[in-house]
Amino acid sequence: MLTQKTRDWAKNSGAGGLGPTRFADPGQVVQIWRAIMPQANTAPDPDVPVPALVMAGIGKRFGPTLALAGVDLAVASGEIHALLGQNGAGKSTLMKILSGALAPDEGTIHLGGASYRPRDPLAGRRAGIAMIYQELSLVPHLSVAENISLGVEPVRWGLVDRGRMRAVARAAVADLGAEGIDPDANVGSLPIGVRQLVEIARGLAAGCRVLVLDEPTSSLPLPDARRLFATMRRLAAQGKAIVYITHFLEEALGVADRFSVLRDGRLVASGPTAGRSSPDLVAMMMGQPSAEAYPRRARARGEVVLEVEDLAGTARLERADFVLHRGEVAGIFGLVGSGRTELLRAIFGLDPVRQGAVRVMGRGGYRSPEGRWASGVGLVSEDRQGEGLAIALSVADNLMLSKLGGPWVTPARQQTATTGLIERLNVRATSPFAPVATLSGGNQQKVALGRLLHHDVEVLLLDEPTRGIDVGSKREIYRLIDDLVTGSVPPKAVLLVGSYLPELLAVCDRIAVMHRGVLGDFVPVGDTDERTLLLAASGGAS
Amino acid sequence: MRRNLVSLVVWVLAYLLFAGLIRQATGEFSFLNGANLELVLRQTAIVGTAALGMTLIVAAGGIDLSVGAVIALTTVVVASALTAGFSPAGALALGMLAGVIAGALNGLLVTTLGVVPFIVTLGTMLAVRGAAKGLAHEQKIDAPTTWLNDGLAVLPADRRWQLFPTGVWLMVVLALGVAVVLNYTRFGRHVLAVGSNPSAARLAGVPVDRVKRFVYLLGGLFGAIAGVLQFGRLSVGDPTVATGLELDIIAAVVIGGASLAGGEAWVLGSVLGALIMTTIRAGGSQLGWSNWVQEIVTGVIIVSAVAVDRIRHRRGT
Repeated sequence: MLTQKTRDWAKNSGAGGLGPTRFADPGQVVQIWRAIMPQANTAPDPDVPVPALVMAGIGKRFGPTLALAGVDLAVASGEIHALLGQNGAGKSTLMKILSGALAPDEGTIHLGGASYRPRDPLAGRRAGIAMIYQELSLVPHLSVAENISLGVEPVRWGLVDRGRMRAVARAAVADLGAEGIDPDANVGSLPIGVRQLVEIARGLAAGCRVLVLDEPTSSLPLPDARRLFATMRRLAAQGKAIVYITHFLEEALGVADRFSVLRDGRLVASGPTAGRSSPDLVAMMMGQPSAEAYPRRARARGEVVLEVEDLAGTARLERADFVLHRGEVAGIFGLVGSGRTELLRAIFGLDPVRQGAVRVMGRGGYRSPEGRWASGVGLVSEDRQGEGLAIALSVADNLMLSKLGGPWVTPARQQTATTGLIERLNVRATSPFAPVATLSGGNQQKVALGRLLHHDVEVLLLDEPTRGIDVGSKREIYRLIDDLVTGSVPPKAVLLVGSYLPELLAVCDRIAVMHRGVLGDFVPVGDTDERTLLLAASGGAS
Repeated sequence: MRRNLVSLVVWVLAYLLFAGLIRQATGEFSFLNGANLELVLRQTAIVGTAALGMTLIVAAGGIDLSVGAVIALTTVVVASALTAGFSPAGALALGMLAGVIAGALNGLLVTTLGVVPFIVTLGTMLAVRGAAKGLAHEQKIDAPTTWLNDGLAVLPADRRWQLFPTGVWLMVVLALGVAVVLNYTRFGRHVLAVGSNPSAARLAGVPVDRVKRFVYLLGGLFGAIAGVLQFGRLSVGDPTVATGLELDIIAAVVIGGASLAGGEAWVLGSVLGALIMTTIRAGGSQLGWSNWVQEIVTGVIIVSAVAVDRIRHRRGT
């Protein structure tokens, strides 16, 4: 609604679209500002400050996918603005456009009333945009001061001016209210929460006006998260505009002044956080039940094949206790950093385990990837390129890697062993010997999953098997999963980790939520709904 | 295959170029006669055999700087064993054992210490060289001539049908064997997978550490075979021989199309790479180039060969 209004205004004033921007007059920007957020100034006031950031009618298309459609976002100086939405809603794309990493197909951006069209992230940084990502971009071997001045080192007589470098660092951490950070400390030796502060200090030292925090707390322990919120408020009080992306809704309500919710690339709601509750926000974030049909046939639960007993790992995994049966798809829903990936890795023997037991078909077995494959368990990693596949090797090599047979592995044998599988999976490759790197993401993922079929495992551990792939491949993968638990004799068992609830609810039989390293109880999908699960995963349930 | 063809063409061109240059300088086609070709091939047998082991190591994402020292150690062990009264077969076995132990040590250190192979083998390079010098009391050991010297000797009249010395044929057979192992066996696939992406290999249940250990062990074994061939040339155990040869060997592997990042390697390309390296050296000597000229030319050729290969690679896939 607001969106429409803004766009109409933009059209009438000739400011929309791709043409050169004509907001020379700051008064015009104030007008958009008012159009977007009428509550902000009910009474016309000539002293209305120019908003720090106005994004108007931003649209972006990736091939056939519409990632953003006419999204508006306005943030005032001194405001903390929570940007909310499910995975894939378009938050990251919007922020990439703001940082200069992506160019918008349509729409305009203004910073402090001046037109802003960054060519690259460096231009964005120069214009005063600081992006703080969940994965930090600090150099661990250098000191705090060196990191803060990285790329803009103060120089005197051709040498780095260490004194000034330290002074700059000290001023930046003082702005954060974190005077305790030693500018000479090695960044690699600092805990992750402090590193996050250093990263923010770097943005401040570069003179940022708009600070974007992309899920900064998902890997932070609670005390660190609290300290970060205090820092955010302090910076807002100094007049910075802060965009805060998070999945933790309670946190968002606690710290932010205003919020915007994106869903499927569109702005669906925007306004002050006062008077809102987590369930309200969840309702806005939730999509309509997807029109896509997820293939699903009648399932019959068989015997237990995987028992996980009171399992705790060394990183992020605090407790998991469940059993998995033949003929079912059990889903685990959790946010990034909730420990869901660590759970699968611990079961598969990739990560060390602090306590607990894993039994496959009643047996403990040798806790290593080799041992798990041998006892009929296979894993598809969420990190397709980094770990799931050796992408320089061929399709056939990757499909067969866990079970090459042998000792002889001839092209003829590889061809006969994989041709049927490649057809069944509908992998589009020029030949079984084409390097996996030449395939599209969806086809790569089918190869990763295909390895489990080639191995003929009984238990499939799938970590985000449909992440970042096209809709067609997604449907094929879900059809395959359904086929494995209903069509094969005996039926297979699937443990599916995902972060898109409509899909999980459509595909799984039972579902459990992982939150801060603890796996909740599995409940039949019929006995729960998106709202409940989202709340539980965002920490709002208890 | 195409890469090997390119390497072959490069070698033939280099060879003919030297032949032409030498003709201009001396007025005769001396580089093209059988004796000179044989000279080149004899040196190639040593570099090429060691390059086979290096090819496996590089394919698995590693590197072995100690192979030159292993060659020297082997010559010393074989020579000492022969002078101590061992039979040639016994001396041969002891030489092989020395190489295998050095290779196994490399593998163990690389997989257990978590230190990068470059540093581990830099250390063992010095240690093995030191062991060779200690064993030889820092001097050359002259050993009696036995059938072990036939490997790279000039062929007697009644063996002319062999065309090339036995050691050259040995290298060819070993190269074919390693090529088959790397391309057509489970072990070979595991080696390439470990080199291409160790995390992916581990996830797929490949015993990553075991593969690495075995690959370094094989590197030691091939180094020892090269050492026996080296010993055969002069029947001398020389603790200072093959100093710096590891770099020629690595260059041969890289010219042959292997990536030092691991995951790709062409066995026959490595042999052709060894041929190219020794041709340049032999041709340069024949032309009367000073050592320093040869070294500059060799350096330029290594970098350009690999650069051309990379550019082709980028355009290709």
